[in-house]
Amino acid sequence: MSGFFKSSIGRKVAMALSAFFLMFFLIIHLAVNITSLFSENLFNELSHFMGTNPLVQFALQPVLLFGVIFHFVMGFILELKNKKANGVSYARNNGAANSTWISRNMIYSGLVILAFLVLHFADFWVHEINVKYVNVQPEDPTRYYHELVEKFVPIWRVVAYVVSFVLLGLHLAHGFTSAFQSMGSTAGRKKALQNIGKAYSIIIPLGFIIIAIFHHLNH
Amino acid sequence: MALDSKVPKGPIKDKWTDYKNKINLVNPANKRHIDVIVVGTGLAGGSAAATLAELGYNVKAFAYQDSPRRAHSIAAQGGINAAKNYQGDGDSTYRLFYDTVKGGDYRSREANVYRLAEVSANIIDQCVAQGVPFARDYGGLLDNRSFGGVLVSRTFYAKGQTGQQLLLGAYSAMNRQIARGKIEMFNRHEMLDVVIVDGKARGIIARNLITGEIERHSAHAVVVGTGGYGNVYFLSTNAMGSNVTAAWKIHKKGAYFANPCYTQIHPTCIPRSGDYQSKLTLMSESLRNDGRIWVPAKLEDAQAIREGKKKPTDLSEEERDYYLERRYPAFGNLVPRDVASRAAKERCDAGFGVNATGEAVYLDFADAINRYGTEQAKIHNISNPSKEKIYDLGKAIVEAKYGNLFQMYEKIVDQNPYETPMMIYPAVHYTMGGVWVDYNLMTTVPGLYCIGEANFSDHGANRLGASALMQGLADGYFVLPYTIGDYLADDIRTGKIPTDSKEFDEAEKEVKDKIEFFTTNKGSKSVDYFHKKLGKVMWDKCGMSRNEKGLKEAIKEIKEIREEFWKEVTVPGGANEMNPELEKAGRVADFLELGELFAKDALVREESAGGHFREEYQTEEGEAKRRKEFQFVSAWEYVGEPSEAKLHKESLEYENIEVKERSYK
Amino acid sequence: MNLTLKIWRQKDSSSKGQMVDYKVTEISEHMSFLEMMDVLNEQLVAKGEDPVAFDHDCREGICGMCSMYINGEAHGPDRGITTCQLHMRMFKEGDIITIEPFRAAAFPVIKDLVVDRTAFERIQQAGGYISVNTSGNTQDANSIPISKHAADEAMDAATCIGCGACVATCKNSSAMLFVGAKVSQYALLPQGQVEAADRVKNMVAQMDLEGFGNCTNTGACEIECPKGISLDNIARMNRELMKANI
Repeated sequence: MSGFFKSSIGRKVAMALSAFFLMFFLIIHLAVNITSLFSENLFNELSHFMGTNPLVQFALQPVLLFGVIFHFVMGFILELKNKKANGVSYARNNGAANSTWISRNMIYSGLVILAFLVLHFADFWVHEINVKYVNVQPEDPTRYYHELVEKFVPIWRVVAYVVSFVLLGLHLAHGFTSAFQSMGSTAGRKKALQNIGKAYSIIIPLGFIIIAIFHHLNH
Repeated sequence: MALDSKVPKGPIKDKWTDYKNKINLVNPANKRHIDVIVVGTGLAGGSAAATLAELGYNVKAFAYQDSPRRAHSIAAQGGINAAKNYQGDGDSTYRLFYDTVKGGDYRSREANVYRLAEVSANIIDQCVAQGVPFARDYGGLLDNRSFGGVLVSRTFYAKGQTGQQLLLGAYSAMNRQIARGKIEMFNRHEMLDVVIVDGKARGIIARNLITGEIERHSAHAVVVGTGGYGNVYFLSTNAMGSNVTAAWKIHKKGAYFANPCYTQIHPTCIPRSGDYQSKLTLMSESLRNDGRIWVPAKLEDAQAIREGKKKPTDLSEEERDYYLERRYPAFGNLVPRDVASRAAKERCDAGFGVNATGEAVYLDFADAINRYGTEQAKIHNISNPSKEKIYDLGKAIVEAKYGNLFQMYEKIVDQNPYETPMMIYPAVHYTMGGVWVDYNLMTTVPGLYCIGEANFSDHGANRLGASALMQGLADGYFVLPYTIGDYLADDIRTGKIPTDSKEFDEAEKEVKDKIEFFTTNKGSKSVDYFHKKLGKVMWDKCGMSRNEKGLKEAIKEIKEIREEFWKEVTVPGGANEMNPELEKAGRVADFLELGELFAKDALVREESAGGHFREEYQTEEGEAKRRKEFQFVSAWEYVGEPSEAKLHKESLEYENIEVKERSYK
Repeated sequence: MNLTLKIWRQKDSSSKGQMVDYKVTEISEHMSFLEMMDVLNEQLVAKGEDPVAFDHDCREGICGMCSMYINGEAHGPDRGITTCQLHMRMFKEGDIITIEPFRAAAFPVIKDLVVDRTAFERIQQAGGYISVNTSGNTQDANSIPISKHAADEAMDAATCIGCGACVATCKNSSAMLFVGAKVSQYALLPQGQVEAADRVKNMVAQMDLEGFGNCTNTGACEIECPKGISLDNIARMNRELMKANI
C-alpha cells in the first residue's frame, strides 16, 4: 500500500482524497459563516462551539491543517514532476484548442488561494491561537461576530477576498469533477455530476463573497 | 537444382497431422543453444518470433519501424477467415480449402492450402485467448460476416480494424517474450543482406537506421517475413516503407522467387486525385456487402459527371449500369477482387469513368440505407414511416457498420458518402507471388525460411478477402514453429555461429560499398523520381491487364530506368546518421530489379489466371482464360540480370479438387 | 497555395535544434499534409540539402508512426485523425505553419521531427499481454461468452494506435491515456482478469520509471487522440490500481 502512494496514480488519489476533505470542509465553513448574515447570536454560538469543542480543536483542526498542507505540498511536488516530464517546450502550443485555461493552470489558482490562506490564517487563526493558547484569555462567547465584522471594514481585504474566491471557484470548477476521475470514477464525466460540480463551485465562493461584502457594507 | 516441394504422402486431410507426428523435435534444453533470426514483425514475423521464443529458441527480431506494432498488417480492415462453422451455414475445413484454391484460380499448392484451412480455427482460439476483442453478438458469442468470392459467413472481425487487433495480439505475445529475454528486439533496423555459410543461411547484415551502423547478426536459421512488394508500382495501398529488399536479397543469394506477376489489384480504393499522390487508401471490401457498384449507362451522362455538369444523384435507376450485377448475377457485387477490379477498368476504359481523371466508379449505399431503414421501421413497429424517418433509421445502421470507413473517406475526398455515392477505383494491394518455399516454408536455401505475404504462399493467382491475415498467422503461429524444428534438430551441437568469418566480411563489404556509392554519387535526380517512373511503367504495362508487346517494352524500359538510376541518383546526407533518402535508395534499387523479373514472369505466363490477366488469353465474354499447360508455379533462379533468370517449374496436381472453369455468374 | 513552414531541425539526439523557415509553393488543397512535406523534401533534395526527417508509414491513420505537432496541436488542427490524414484544405493561402516534433522528456528527438517512443514499448513489455502460449489447443473461442457491451468497450480501448499524441498534447507529458487504454482492454475481458492486478501495477510502475508526468484531468489527450480513446480508460486504470493494492 505504501508503494501505491508513491506511484503517480497513488499521488493523484491522495490529491483527490485531500480535495474531497477540503471540499467538505468548505461546506461546513460556509454553513457556519452564512449564519452571520442573519443572526449574530447563532453565529456566535456556532463559533464558540467550534472554537472550544475539544474534538474540533484537537482532532479535526489538526486533520484540516494537515489536509491543507498536504494538498498544497503534493500539488507542488506533482507540478514540479510534471514540468520535468515536459522536456523542451513547444515554440507554438495551442492549449486552448483542447482544454480549459483553468484546468491547465490549477497551480496558479492554487497559489492565489495559498496567498489568501496566509492572510486568512493571519487574520483569524493566528488570532484565535493567541487568544486561546498563548495569552490564555478568558473565553467571551460573544466576541466572534464583532471580530468578523471588524475584519471586513477595510476595502482592500474585501477585494482580496473577492479575487481569491473567484479563483477558488475556478479551481473548484475543474477540481470537483477531476477529483472523481482521479478516484477512478467516471461519474465526474456525467452530466449530472458536472452540474453539481458547477453549482458547488459557484455557490461556495459566492457565499463567502456575499458574506464579505455584506459585512463591509453593514458595519 | 530441381524443386522439391516436400509435400508429405497420404490423404490430404491427414498429411499435416501425420507429418507433425513424425517430424524431428529439438529437446527443450537444446533449444536454449539455438538462435533464430526473424526479419519483419508483422503478423507472420511477429507471431513466429513469439512462438519460437515460447518454445525456447533465442530469437532476434528485426523491424524497420520503431515498434513491431506498426507493421502494415495493421492496415488490414475487413477480417480473418476461419472454418469454424459457428453460423452453421455449411462451412468446413474442406470448403475453406476449396474456396481458397478456386479463388486462387487453381494456381496454389493443394497440401499447403488444406493445412491453412485446417489450422484456421486454431488461430481464432489463440487470438481470443490473447485478448483480441473480436466482434460479438448479443449472446456473447463471436460474430461473423461474409466476404467476396464465397457463399458462407466465416469472417471474424474487430470493427474495421481486424489487422490491427490481430497484430496487437501477436505483438503482445512478443512483448511477453521480450520481457522474458527470449526475444531480442531490434527496432529501426533494416536487413540489407543474408549471410550464407557452407550453403546454409547463418545470419544477416542489418543497418541501424538511427546511427547508420552496419551490424552483423548470426543465427542457426533465418526467417524472412517482410511482406509483399506492391510498392514496385510506387502507388499502392502498402505502407510507404513496405519493400522487397529482404526478399530480393535472399533471392539474389539463392532463394527462388515464385510467380512475381501475381498481383492483387483491390477493387475498392479511393481514386487518385493528382500527381503528388504518395499512396492509395483502401476502403474495406466489406463495403461491397451493402454498396452497389455502378457507372452511368450512357456515355454522355458519364461525360457530364466528369465535367461537373451533372451529379450522380441526378441519374435515375434506368440511367445507371450496375455492371457487376448485370454480368455476374449469382455473386453480383461480391465477386472476387480480381473480377471486380477488371470489370471496373473495363467500364472506365470504355469511357464510363466518373471522376475528373475518368478513373472511378460509384459505390452506392442509397439502397442499403433504404433497405435497413424499412427493416428498422418494421422492428420498431413504425407504421407508414416517412421517407426521412426511413433514411435516418437506415443511415444509423450503415453508420454502425461502416462509420469509420465513411469518415475516413470524407476526410480524404471531402464528400459525404451518406449523401452522394462513394467513388472507388482499383489499386495495387497485395502480391500473391513471392519467395518460393516448400511445405516446410523453407526456401531453396537451407535454413532460410520465408513466411506470410513475402512467400509465394497459398493464394495461387488471386487471394480471397480476409485470407491474408489467416495465412500470416497460420505460418507464424502454427506451421513454421513445427517445421523449423525439423531443420534445427541437426544444429544442436553447432554452437554459436561466429560473425567474424569471411562470409560475413564479404556480405558486409558489399552492403557498405553500395551505401558508399549512394552517399557519394553526384547524380541529379531524387530516388522518388525513379520510383515514380518505374511505377508508371509497371501500372501501364504490368497492371490490371497485360499483353506481350507491353511486357516486352516494360522489360526494356525498366532496364533503362535502372541504368539511369545507377548514374543519376542523388542521395543527400551521410551513411552514419538517420537518412530516410538512403533507405529509400536501397529499396528502389531492388524494386528496379524485381520489376524486370515481374515483367518477364508475366510475359512467360501465356494464360490469364487470377491477378494476372493477359489480353491475348480471354474468353469471348472477356473473362480470364486459364491454360492447362500453365498449371505450374514459376520459380525463378537468379543468375545475374533479372530478365535472364532461370525458370524452374513446380507442377501443380489437383487430387482433391476438380479443376473447373472459375465462374461467378 | 503558397505557404511558409517553420520546422524544427535537429541533426541528431545530441545536437541542439532550432526552428528553420521554408517556403513551399503550388500546394494543392487536395494534398495530404505529408504529401506537402514530400514536396518540400523534393525541393530540398534538388538543392542538395538534407530533407526533413519525419516518421510516417501507412499514411492511412492506423500504424501510429506519424507524429507531428502542427500549429500547436498534435496531428494538427483537425479532429479524429493522424497527421497523415490531415489535408491541406485545412489551411489557406499565405499561412505560416509551425511544425514541431512530439515533445516530452520521455520522447527524446532522434532527428528533426522523429522522436523515440520506445518508452511505450517498455511499458507494454511490463505487462501489456495475457500469458498464453501458442498451442493450437487453447479452448474453443466461443467457450467463454463475452457480453457484446464488454467486447465493444474493450475494442474501443484497443483501438489505440500508440502514436503518442496524448503525451505530446498533455501539459504534463502524461502517458495515462495510452496506458489506461492498454490496461482497460484487458481489464474488460475475462481472459485478462487472472493477471489484472500484476498487470496494472507493473505497467504503471514502468510508466513512472520512464519519466512521464501525472494526469491532471485536463482532458486534452482525449480531444487530440486520433482514435478518440476515452478518458474513462484513465479512470478505469486508477480504479484497477486501487483494486490491485487493496
